[in-house]
Amino acid sequence: MALKKTSKKQEIKKVFSKDPGPWNFYSRAGNKYFLMDWIFKKILFISGVSIFFLVLMIFIFLVLNSMPSIKEFGFRFFLSKSWDPVFEKFGALPFIAGTIFTSFLALLISLPFSLSISLYLGEFSKSGFFSGFLKNSIELLAGVPSVVYGFFGMFVLIPIVRYLEIKFNIEPYGVGIFTSSIILSIMIIPFSASLGREVIELIPQDIKEAGYSLGSTRYEVIKRIVLPYAKSGITAGILMALGRAIGETMAVTMVIGNSNVMPKGLFSPANTMASLIANEFTEAVSRIHLSSLIEIGLVLFIISAVFSIMGKIFIHKFSITENG
Amino acid sequence: MKKLLKLAVSALAVISMFVQPLKASSVELIGAGATFPYPLYSKMFDVYNKEHGIKINYSAIGSGGGIRQLMAKTVDFGGTDAFLTDKEIREMPGSAVHIPTCIGAVVFAFNVPGVSELNLTPDVIAGIFLGKIKKWSAPEIRKINQNVKMPDINIVVIHRSDGSGTTFIFSDYVSKISNEWKNSVGTGTSLKWPCGLGAKGNPGVAGLIKQIPGSIGYVELIYALSNKIPFACVQNKSGIFIKPSLLNTSIAANVELPDDMRVSITNTNEKNGYPICGFTWIIVYKEQNYDNRPFEKAKELVNLLWWITHQGQRYTEALHYASLPKEAVVKAERIIQSITYNGKPIIK
Repeated sequence: MALKKTSKKQEIKKVFSKDPGPWNFYSRAGNKYFLMDWIFKKILFISGVSIFFLVLMIFIFLVLNSMPSIKEFGFRFFLSKSWDPVFEKFGALPFIAGTIFTSFLALLISLPFSLSISLYLGEFSKSGFFSGFLKNSIELLAGVPSVVYGFFGMFVLIPIVRYLEIKFNIEPYGVGIFTSSIILSIMIIPFSASLGREVIELIPQDIKEAGYSLGSTRYEVIKRIVLPYAKSGITAGILMALGRAIGETMAVTMVIGNSNVMPKGLFSPANTMASLIANEFTEAVSRIHLSSLIEIGLVLFIISAVFSIMGKIFIHKFSITENG
Repeated sequence: MKKLLKLAVSALAVISMFVQPLKASSVELIGAGATFPYPLYSKMFDVYNKEHGIKINYSAIGSGGGIRQLMAKTVDFGGTDAFLTDKEIREMPGSAVHIPTCIGAVVFAFNVPGVSELNLTPDVIAGIFLGKIKKWSAPEIRKINQNVKMPDINIVVIHRSDGSGTTFIFSDYVSKISNEWKNSVGTGTSLKWPCGLGAKGNPGVAGLIKQIPGSIGYVELIYALSNKIPFACVQNKSGIFIKPSLLNTSIAANVELPDDMRVSITNTNEKNGYPICGFTWIIVYKEQNYDNRPFEKAKELVNLLWWITHQGQRYTEALHYASLPKEAVVKAERIIQSITYNGKPIIK
């Protein structure tokens, strides 16, 4: 009996593992849906593969088009502080610095908020009217176009920051790294908060109950059980948010001051890589100017890829702890 | 292998569904380029379409983009605010000609508390934008604005952050009046700014000026006029303080013009001319028979250029652009007549 069963299983396996194409589908044990199945599978496969090729092609395009600049400036491109389109001397350091300063500062500002939101929604108030309202607001925050954030920054934040700068006796520009970081931190909260909430919700109830049964307070459970357990997921959310902050263009352009110099301090005007490309690409005529801008795009592409891959690794790590 | 082939065929089938054959229509012209004359072009092309039945698609993607697309021969004409340098002309795949279409001016908008009228001299302009004059109460500024009480606050320079023909005209002017600027910054659509904050587009600059007391920046005259932004009077070469207007701008172009019309008219010698203005051009290939273009298309393009420099000029004033002066039109006529198809002139 058992032998017969396995042979039948093997038979089925044999039929499905060999894929002779759609033309002799009538021979497939009378399964008339096989053709549909085959087409469906291929469409899915092609869509998946084409995404990979798209990414690959973008990368190749960036590398090929930045060749003139790579040849001309070499590694100096990353060390030079001068960006001079008239005399055609290009260096990316101010923009790399500007991008990293604004993104990490934004992350630092948003972290307490996104962590509190994800803890509140994932642990304290999982359902109910207010929690639903809060969840929807966060989703709405993610859907607001970045130019609207830019306007908000320009007309609301700039006067406030100017007021602060006058108080602190700093050159009162109102625009700069600090203003951009605040705008960016608001923009990235939804990303880290929603991922953090989902991870916290996934924590098995019995582990937490075990903590309570040993006499822990709620704060202790969160500190000793929830946060360590959700650590990888929260980190993955942070990295995703960072990726978003690094690539943000419009809102940053509107409030950063677009000064192509090394940022001197927290309040000084600066520029980021994405913002520079958006600003100068349309009017870049000379080959080397264009190619330098594309090389900056390449750097941006690589940095985003690195953070995205790091995020994936953390998520992967998390899924292992969940299973184990 | 067979599997791979099948996959490739099905992939091709999917892709081919999305690709439409590119058909060249003889009655449609495509252009791309400068954003600055876009409101005028869109009005002109709309009227031309109604009068002559020729559809013209102009995408305002910036001068640089327009030139690149013309180089790639994907458009019939490119629009630009900065004429091609000798080096750029050599890089073009074919000989290209510049046809002037209208004149634009660049004005200084400012936000100085308690000040509604401001006079500027070339030295003061260079000093401010080089970051050397740092306060509104500086003696150089007070000397030329004696009727106004200048506040003791810092000057904040606001400039365009995006590459722009406006920046080109501005920097071309400052290069002419200041050697220091010429040697350290130069002329271009994007610059290495010695000081100040950048903002995107005319609305960005105007918005930032509004937000920061003590700021000064440059915007297009049309933008300042249509948004009722106060702007400064500038002392021209003859020593007269000129309030920018369409008339003063047109007068500034009454100078000796070269035959190829690649000319900068900033810092004009004309007594009543406003010193910071410049032409905007349409660039086309001199020999129109390239890439198997039909003769009809070349002929329609030339007719359009003729119309823009003649009948089309009547739409300039209403949209706050200055029209071409007579001499510029004559030069433009000769350039249009020099456009050929198979070596023969298209119109005489």
